Amino acid sequence: MSRAPFSLVTSAVVPIGRNDIDTDQIIPARFLKTINREGLGDQLFCDWRYLADGSPNPSFVLNQPEMAGRQILVAGDNFGCGSSREHAPWALMAWGIRAVISSSFADIFRNNALKNGLLPVAVSPEELGRIGSLLEADPSAELTVDLESQEIRLPGEGRIGFEVDSFARTMILAGTDELGYLQSLEPQIAAYEASHPPRVSTLHAG
Amino acid sequence: MNDTNSESARPRTIVEKIWDTHVAVPGADGAPDVLGIDLHLVHEVTSPQAFDGLRERGLRVRRPGQTLATVDHSIPTTDRSLPIADEIAAKQVSRLEQNCHEFGIPLHGIGSPHQGIVHVIGPELGLTQPGMTIVCGDSHTATHGAFGALAFGIGTTEVEHVLATQTLLQRRPKSFEVRVDGSLHPGVTAKDIILSLLSRIGIGGGNGHVFEYGGSAIRALGMEGRMTICNMSIEGGARAGLVAPDDTTFEYVNGRPHAPPDWEAALDRWRTLPSDEGATHDRSLSFDAGDLSPMVTYGTNPGMGFPITDRIPDPEAMTDTTQRDSLRAALAYMALSPGEQLLGRPIDVVFIGSCTNSRISDLREAARMLRGRHVANGVRVMVVPGSTEVKRQAEEEGLASVFREAGAEWRESGCSMCIAMNGDELSPGQYAVSTSNRNFEGRQGKGGRTFLASPLTAVASAVSGRLSDPRALL
Repeated sequence: MSRAPFSLVTSAVVPIGRNDIDTDQIIPARFLKTINREGLGDQLFCDWRYLADGSPNPSFVLNQPEMAGRQILVAGDNFGCGSSREHAPWALMAWGIRAVISSSFADIFRNNALKNGLLPVAVSPEELGRIGSLLEADPSAELTVDLESQEIRLPGEGRIGFEVDSFARTMILAGTDELGYLQSLEPQIAAYEASHPPRVSTLHAG
Repeated sequence: MNDTNSESARPRTIVEKIWDTHVAVPGADGAPDVLGIDLHLVHEVTSPQAFDGLRERGLRVRRPGQTLATVDHSIPTTDRSLPIADEIAAKQVSRLEQNCHEFGIPLHGIGSPHQGIVHVIGPELGLTQPGMTIVCGDSHTATHGAFGALAFGIGTTEVEHVLATQTLLQRRPKSFEVRVDGSLHPGVTAKDIILSLLSRIGIGGGNGHVFEYGGSAIRALGMEGRMTICNMSIEGGARAGLVAPDDTTFEYVNGRPHAPPDWEAALDRWRTLPSDEGATHDRSLSFDAGDLSPMVTYGTNPGMGFPITDRIPDPEAMTDTTQRDSLRAALAYMALSPGEQLLGRPIDVVFIGSCTNSRISDLREAARMLRGRHVANGVRVMVVPGSTEVKRQAEEEGLASVFREAGAEWRESGCSMCIAMNGDELSPGQYAVSTSNRNFEGRQGKGGRTFLASPLTAVASAVSGRLSDPRALL
C-alpha cells in the first residue's frame, strides 16, 4: 500500500502560541469512540474551537476566516504530549494541516505523525521565536516546508534547516508505507522467531 | 536465547540488554532496528482502524498467542447486565469482539472474570514478565516497566504493524536514570514520588528517553507502587520507564496463571537483567524520598504539581514568556489565583481509579483510611476498581462495604473518569481530586478541573469535602 509522495508545502500559517499542547486538546477523548477516521477534522481542537452552546469561539485562531486552507501549524514547545491517540494527526490532516513547526514534539505524536505523512518540524527555540516575530509582523506570511532539502524557507532569503528521521523522510518522499517495508523483511523476521520462542501464550494459561 | 551478550564487555543498562535480545533485524542504511514484540495488548479504542488495515491488505494476525484484547476505555462502570446505552460505544465494543473473533485473538470482554484496564490485567494474569517487550495502543503501557520489561505506547498504525508482523521499527532510546533513595514518611506514597519527579523535570523533560527508576526508596516499594510510578513515565515525556527486577518482582509473578512453567530457568534469565555496574545513562537525576510530602497538581498538566501545603506560583514572576502564558492559561482554566493555598479548597468529586491507582493495594490503603469515617455531604466519591478480579478481591476482603458504608460509589472496572469517554465525567466547573494520571483541560469532562493526587489524599479530601493533607488522618 502506498500514499501520494510528499516533499514540500507552501502556505500561510495557523499560529497557536502555547506550550505543551496535549492530544486531549487536539482531539478530545469523547470523539475516540469512532471506528473509522471520518469527521475528525470538524472535531480538531474542539473544546477551544467551540463555545458551550456549540457555536464557534470567535477568539480561537481556527475560527478566523483567513485560516481556512492553511496547511502549516506553528505551536509552542512539546507539541502532542499525552495520549498516544493517532486520532490527533488524523484530525490535523483532516482539517488540512500538512506540517507542524515547534521547538519539540512528544515522541509518540512524532511517530504517529510521520507514519501518516504529517511533518513534525522541530527547530530551536530561537528559530521558533524568529518565526513567531515574522508572523507577528506579517500574519499572512507564507512559509515553505521542504522535506527534500530539510529546510523551512521564510519570505525573502531566510532559511531554517531541520532534522528529521532519515528513514521516515525516505518513506514520505517516496509515498511508501512502513508495513510494506517490514513485510519485505519476512525471512529475517521468521529466522528471529525461530530462535526466540514465545515468552508467554495468551491462548493458554501457564 | 541468552540475555547476556558475550561479545560485548561494555557494561550495559537493562534497556540495552532487552533491546539487544529483541533486535530481529538490525537497522541498516539509516533504517531503524526491527524489534521483536513479546506481548501485544489491544483495546477497543485504538484498534478498529488497524484491523481494517489488515483486511484491506488481506493479512492475518501473525501471532494471536502473543496478543490479548480487553475492553476498558469506553465501557460503562455501571450494571454490566444491561446493554451499553451509548450506541457509539456499543458499536466500538462489538467491533472489537468481531475483530477478535475474525482474527483469532483471545478477548477478555464484558462478563469475563479477567476483564479490566489493560495495564491492570497484564500483570494480574502473569503475562507481564521481566525482560519482555510489551506494546499497546495506549500511552500508559509504561506501567508494565515495573517488572523490568521494556513497555511502551504506540499509535494505531504501529498497532497494525505489530498485528501483522509481531515487530516494530524502532530507534534505540536514550536512558534517563531516576534515583530515589531514603524512606517515605507515613502518608507519602509512590504517587507522590512520581508527581514530585514530574514537577522537577516538567511534562516534556524525558522526551526521547526511557526512565530507569532505582534507589532504596524504589526497591522498598511493592510491585503495585512501582507500577504507579512507571505508569506516569509518559507524563514526563518518556515513552517507557522501568525498574530492574528483584525478589519483589519474582514473588509477584510466581503462581500467576501465565507465570513461566520452567520457573528456575526464568529466574536465571531475569537475574541477568539489571543494569551492569558502570553502565552509563544519558541523563541522571536523584532525590531523597524523605524530603517528600503528599503532592497535588494545581495546573493543567501533570508537571504542574507541588507539595500539598504550598501556594500557587505567580506567573508574573516567571521570566520565560511562553511559560508565563502557559501558567496564566492554566490558572485561568482552573480558576485559581497566584499565592492561593490549595489546602482547604472545597471540592465536588473524588475519583479513585485508573491504571495509575486502582489496584488492590491502592484500594486497601484507601479503605484503611476511610474505615469508620464518612464522605462529606455534597461530595461525589467514585471508586472504580482496575479489573473485575480486583473488584472481586476487594469485595471478598470487605473493602467494597467500607466504601459503600462511607457513602462512596462502588463501581464496575474500567478507565472511567480518568478519560471520561464512557459517561463518567465531571460537569463544567467542577473540582475533582483524582488518583488518575492526567489533569489536562477537559480530560475528566469538558470544563472539569482536576487535582491529581494519591489515593490517601483523595480519601482525606473525600472525608472533609476539601483538599486535605492525609497525614492528619493517619
